[in-house]
Amino acid sequence: MGLLSLARVRSPWLLHFDCGSCNGCDIEILACLTPVYDVERFGIVNMGNPKHADLLVVTGPANRRSARVLENLYEQMPRPKIVVAVGACACSGGVFHACPNVLGGVDKVVPVDIYVPGCAARPEAIIDGIVLGLGRLNGNGKRDGAAAPGQS
Amino acid sequence: MNSIPFDTLLKVALALVLAPICGGLLTGLDRILTARLQGRLGPPLLQPFFDLIKLFGKEPITSNRLQRAFIWGHLAMTMTSLGLLVMLDDLLALTIILGFASVCLVLAGFAVRSPYSYFGAQRELMVLLSCEPILLLFAIAYYLDTGSFLASSALALKTPLLAALPLAYLGLVVALAMKTRKSPFDVSTSHHAHQELVKGVTTELSGRYLAMAELAQWYELTVLLGLIALFWPRPLWVGVLLALVSYLALILLDNASARLTWRWMVRTSWSVAVSAIVLNMIGLYILRR
Repeated sequence: MGLLSLARVRSPWLLHFDCGSCNGCDIEILACLTPVYDVERFGIVNMGNPKHADLLVVTGPANRRSARVLENLYEQMPRPKIVVAVGACACSGGVFHACPNVLGGVDKVVPVDIYVPGCAARPEAIIDGIVLGLGRLNGNGKRDGAAAPGQS
Repeated sequence: MNSIPFDTLLKVALALVLAPICGGLLTGLDRILTARLQGRLGPPLLQPFFDLIKLFGKEPITSNRLQRAFIWGHLAMTMTSLGLLVMLDDLLALTIILGFASVCLVLAGFAVRSPYSYFGAQRELMVLLSCEPILLLFAIAYYLDTGSFLASSALALKTPLLAALPLAYLGLVVALAMKTRKSPFDVSTSHHAHQELVKGVTTELSGRYLAMAELAQWYELTVLLGLIALFWPRPLWVGVLLALVSYLALILLDNASARLTWRWMVRTSWSVAVSAIVLNMIGLYILRR
């Protein structure tokens, strides 16, 4: 593994976007940053700025309002970048899937690399999903089918 | 014009290589200490280097070429000021070039249309307004004590500079807190999870240009710690220890205090730090008569 590949895996900065979630998954993502889970151990930092981020962590179902914002955020992120859909809603639309304003999972708008299931997704599952996604940062956007944590 | 001796050039080259390593390690130490103070384990010591290498390998998205030019200028001028310090040259020139380096960062912030970048750049100007008088007055106080602006004259003193300029030392530590963006002075951008208007002046930087801004920060940190070390240059390890202890104190302050407004920063700088150095100069003038 080259130095750059190593650095990419050791320093993922994440951007968290709430597409319209019930805030259950959002709280679990924030729990990952607290002393109990402390993801900064792995160099993971919450960035809040798409131009600095490597990972786009999306919660909530894609709807007609948030789709445009989500697409814009994804476009602003410099390559290589990966998208992690966190929670049942982000994966497939969840309990909201039949709502008239809901498009479905976030993969209807941006290409998703990792699906983290759960309602709400557990912090352990979120960290598992992000770590699984890190391997793909070195693939330079090559996608070989999405994987859920625990499947590969 | 005098030609610069070869060993001086070698020293400058060595410093330009070693300074980012020192700056990166100090930043890593800062992140670990901050995490421990918050009850977390924190990242590994080498984390800032991973971040920097990763950023150099990312796709750089910049809005225009002007912004890139200003980031290059920011890095180059900070490196120049380190060169001047290592050559034990003019401190007045050093502080002014360090000021120009910050102006470059401000201009890079103004070169794009993002309102967040504008906010950050305007706040960085306020940092300049608070910080530059301290640095300039430090250089003048230094002149009053040693009779020269040259950094080499501090090495020739019989008693260390700290004995004559204790208040100027305190002022310089405040300037270090502002330049390294430690709370309560982190108004323009911050390294912490709590964020100031997205990322302030660095909002629109990405990839290698963000890495260069970070690298310039490391050089700047080394230059300022070097200036603090000048207060006790013989033996040098005492000066280095003084600089490290000052930096550790700032990390503690960073975690113990909240971010305050830029008005408060300007007021504190001018009413406390600047007047402390002026008081020091008046005292020195009366004592030396």
